Amino acid sequence: MTVDLLSRRLLFVTGKGGVGKTTVAAALGLLAAERGRRTLVCEVDAKGNLADFLEVGRLTFAPRAVQDGLLAMAMDTEQSLKEYLSLQLRIPLVARIGPLARTLDFVANAAPGVKEILTVGKLCWEVRERHYDLVVVDAPASGHIVGQLAAPQGINELVKVGMVRDQTRWMLDLLEDPATTGAVIVAAPEEMPVNETIELAGRIEQETTVDLAAIVVNRVLPELFGRAEEEVFERLRVAPAVDRLGLAVGGAVTPVLDAAELAVTLRRTRAGHLGRLREALDPALPLLYVPELFTRSHGVRATRQVAEALGEELGY
Amino acid sequence: MARRRAAGAGAGAGAGAGAAGSLEQLLAAKEVVISCGSGGVGKTTAAAAMAAMAAVHLGGKVLVVTVDPARRLANALGLEAFGNVERQVPAEAFRAAGVEPRGELWAAMLDTKQSWDDLVGRHAPDAPTRDAILSNPLYQNITGRFVQSHDYIAMERLYEIHTSGTYDLVVVDTPPTRNALDFLEAPQRMADFFGSRLLRWLTVPYRSRVITFASRPFYTVADRILGSQFLEDIAEFFTLFQSMYAGFVTRAEAVSRVLADRRTTFVVVSTLEAAPLREAEFFMDALGERGLHLGGLVLNKVLPDLLLDAASTGVAQRLVADPAGVAAAVGAEAGPPDQVARVLAEVGESFLKFQVVAMREAEQRAELARQPDVVVSVPYFDHDIYDLAGLLELGGRLW
Repeated sequence: MTVDLLSRRLLFVTGKGGVGKTTVAAALGLLAAERGRRTLVCEVDAKGNLADFLEVGRLTFAPRAVQDGLLAMAMDTEQSLKEYLSLQLRIPLVARIGPLARTLDFVANAAPGVKEILTVGKLCWEVRERHYDLVVVDAPASGHIVGQLAAPQGINELVKVGMVRDQTRWMLDLLEDPATTGAVIVAAPEEMPVNETIELAGRIEQETTVDLAAIVVNRVLPELFGRAEEEVFERLRVAPAVDRLGLAVGGAVTPVLDAAELAVTLRRTRAGHLGRLREALDPALPLLYVPELFTRSHGVRATRQVAEALGEELGY
Repeated sequence: MARRRAAGAGAGAGAGAGAAGSLEQLLAAKEVVISCGSGGVGKTTAAAAMAAMAAVHLGGKVLVVTVDPARRLANALGLEAFGNVERQVPAEAFRAAGVEPRGELWAAMLDTKQSWDDLVGRHAPDAPTRDAILSNPLYQNITGRFVQSHDYIAMERLYEIHTSGTYDLVVVDTPPTRNALDFLEAPQRMADFFGSRLLRWLTVPYRSRVITFASRPFYTVADRILGSQFLEDIAEFFTLFQSMYAGFVTRAEAVSRVLADRRTTFVVVSTLEAAPLREAEFFMDALGERGLHLGGLVLNKVLPDLLLDAASTGVAQRLVADPAGVAAAVGAEAGPPDQVARVLAEVGESFLKFQVVAMREAEQRAELARQPDVVVSVPYFDHDIYDLAGLLELGGRLW
């Protein structure tokens, strides 16, 4: 067991699309804020659903308060560049560069890593300036996170001189320090998400300097029956038990039993994938389980439930 | 791109049925099917299932191009090696799954890097330029990491295959883009980019060493930030790329034409989760705006209807309310009464929990603003799909 998750200062939350990455990022933010840490949650993928999970209005580059000690923002590389030029380089020409967006688009397309560095740079800067105790990043999905985390190194290799190179050094120092920075992969107990998690864990280890802090497995189904109970269940599915059951409850009981059967099978399939995940990962790596939530929607209510589950898993 | 009126009900389906069609009817009439939707909804599997069904039931040569298939699925399609090579799924594999295919199923994976290299090879004016590009350090970076390059190359590959005239039907899986529309705009964006004045303006000073007064502030800043060597590398790279401009633009326009052609259709895949569904709706609207053909909507991993049954709700509630009473009525042969009671309570609980989700899904579905002619629901399979038999089972639900 390495560093306690929430005592770090910068957490990148990633995972395959559709596994609940944003929910987990929002939940970690809630949890940290409730434990007295001033927290910023930043959405990097402009999908715009972080706002829904926290029930705040549209997120902007300027952070907005969600609740006591919790702020949320959305990354915008153009704004990040402007802020960087004016705040850190004190370049007075910013206003004269003209259509910054188009130029930036061009440079970003021409020089991969520029957008990434503007994103990572802004996050690292917030950490360095100690504006927050913790910055939680709703990072891009699996495919792009490695590029983002490796951007400072990449730029370091491509750019031999100049300010950017000087700038990447302190970023790398922050990113390399496990006490400061960690990556969290969110997985779901299904085939593709598990494969991707295993692969991504390897890539983060090998291609980035960031410490893999934890894997959060979302949507874990509760075990319905123990072994003895499973036998009872099997007996209830056949005559004469099923007929008596129908009489006792005064209705068709088969659909309800079928639904339970589906739940049992789903759990079994998921448990198989979970087993594969466990086997493939370093046993020292914390695995945190979040149960399947049978909620009506994906608002702050669901986020709160995920936060509670994570809190329990972390032993709070 | 030519603007067309969005097709109405069944237009272009060619069967003249007029009524709400089916995917079978759609696939029988089209030459290109593009499977799209947000990540994690089962796009790849749906694309492979559609192609397998078309090969079995409609005949002809059918190709499925996958972007990033699960390993077991790739193996089932005979795609062990990564690369742009198209491979035929042997007829024996179909027979083993219990069907005799009318046509042939072929499969390929999209190798972005390889496709880019091929593209450069095709459009570079001469061998030295080609080699200079391929060895440029930025080129590797761009083709590997420039997200939009995947979108572009997927469409480029589709065009390549379609115009080769080798296949009767090509089913294409799309990359899991952040924005489902990226690949629609990719060809045009690529053309705009290479033809942009900005690009010329930026590369001129490095070619001629004369920095205009107007661009000086930019270079002053850029030099301070990035260092001039790096900017020169960029400029060199784009100068080289400019030599391929004409080829690129012609090509991008041709790709756009294929996308807009009536023989091409888009099948949107989604689950009934809020976020993917929002993206699917957004995507369907966008297709309409662009005059592209929306063939159908596949709703994947849908919980079974039995969870919505009101009578069953009553039964489940009774099990939860009085498990001991019901257990006593069942009698001892099912097991010890306390155990039976526990199982019954659990069964009732489980039903009610899943029902919450099923209700939510049903409501999401009912609220779909735009309903294409073909909407198919595919149930939540309680097992993974990793072989041809599984694909055909899924396909059977699509048909």
